[in-house]
Amino acid sequence: MEKLTFEFFGGAPVNATCAPALVGVVGSGNLEVLIEPAALDGACAIEILTAARGFGETWRAVLDDFFARHKLADVRISINDVGATPAVVALRLDQAVEDFLGGEK
Amino acid sequence: MTSYYEASARERLHALLDKDSFREFLPPTERVVSPHLVQLDTPAAFDDGVIVGRATLDGRPVLVAAQEGGFMGGAVGEVHGAKLVGLLERARDEKPAAVLLLVESGGVRLHEANAGLIGVSEIMRAVLALRSEGVPVLVLDGGQFGCFGGMGIVARLCDAIVMSEEGRLGLSGPEVIETTCGVEEFDSRDRALVWRTVGGKHRYLLGEADALVADDIAAFREAAIGLLDTTPDLSLAALAAEHERLGARLQKFGALRDALDIWSALGVAKPEKLPLLEADAFNAVVAGKRA
Repeated sequence: MEKLTFEFFGGAPVNATCAPALVGVVGSGNLEVLIEPAALDGACAIEILTAARGFGETWRAVLDDFFARHKLADVRISINDVGATPAVVALRLDQAVEDFLGGEK
Repeated sequence: MTSYYEASARERLHALLDKDSFREFLPPTERVVSPHLVQLDTPAAFDDGVIVGRATLDGRPVLVAAQEGGFMGGAVGEVHGAKLVGLLERARDEKPAAVLLLVESGGVRLHEANAGLIGVSEIMRAVLALRSEGVPVLVLDGGQFGCFGGMGIVARLCDAIVMSEEGRLGLSGPEVIETTCGVEEFDSRDRALVWRTVGGKHRYLLGEADALVADDIAAFREAAIGLLDTTPDLSLAALAAEHERLGARLQKFGALRDALDIWSALGVAKPEKLPLLEADAFNAVVAGKRA
């Protein structure tokens, strides 16, 4: 396993009353994404535990794109991954934000 | 119509229970994860593959658990088992209308060996203790991974089981039987064989499942509501009657080789047609013919 952590700054704080959301399942080629409000001095912190070692640069690219789509602040995102592809990761992250912010289903 | 089979455990709870009534105990934010998987360098799940909590069903209070088959086949590890036991023990204090178990599990999580085995035995004990105090425990089985191993035993210790055809129930799963007894005994890749042996329709016909419903979360909900007034009976007389029934069943069907032979012996005119029928049509055809 490998643990990766990323921090993004410059986002807009979310409503602190947003309920935490969990999407996805820790299964082969899949991942779970837990998103919750957290007092992080304006940071969006993302922590990943992944079964696939050595993909830090790929995660960085996927998460850069994610943060460009969703400029969140004071949010903690925690991921347990079993080798999901970048496309699946991006979809799950979008799904988590949608659930978290109470978007339409 | 929302497929129960395709849904995740969380999606099932969301659609099955009264709207917005579910409150989770030990939610993922608490991060009570398996201590064993980390040592094995394996990713853990924040809920350890089972969601437990309190809700209402048709306005009545229930405690409910849902296993997520997508995480390690819904297998019972130490934390997973403790969450189920805790829920069942809590029910002894709270006395809800019922406890619902949305099972989906291959049984014990082998990574956690004895801790998982002990967990399953504790679940069994807790189910019986709760039933003896008059709270019914209802099982819903229609997920992708079925219900096998220790959880198969747990399911049969409960008051009632609701299944879809897609659900499966057994002790050893098809792959286990094939591995230990050979492909001549059981071909686990023969999907028609698997489903007519361990699938919901056969379990219903044998009298092990109490309702056979369509693969629709709303249908599971209706069936569960209809069972809320079940009264547990753990009396010696009930146990003796059950043993008598099982003995008679073995006598009657024990020599038959295939589910189709059993359905034929039960008086179903065209047994080979049963797997093709939708739930309503199936229930009409087999009415009064169950073992």
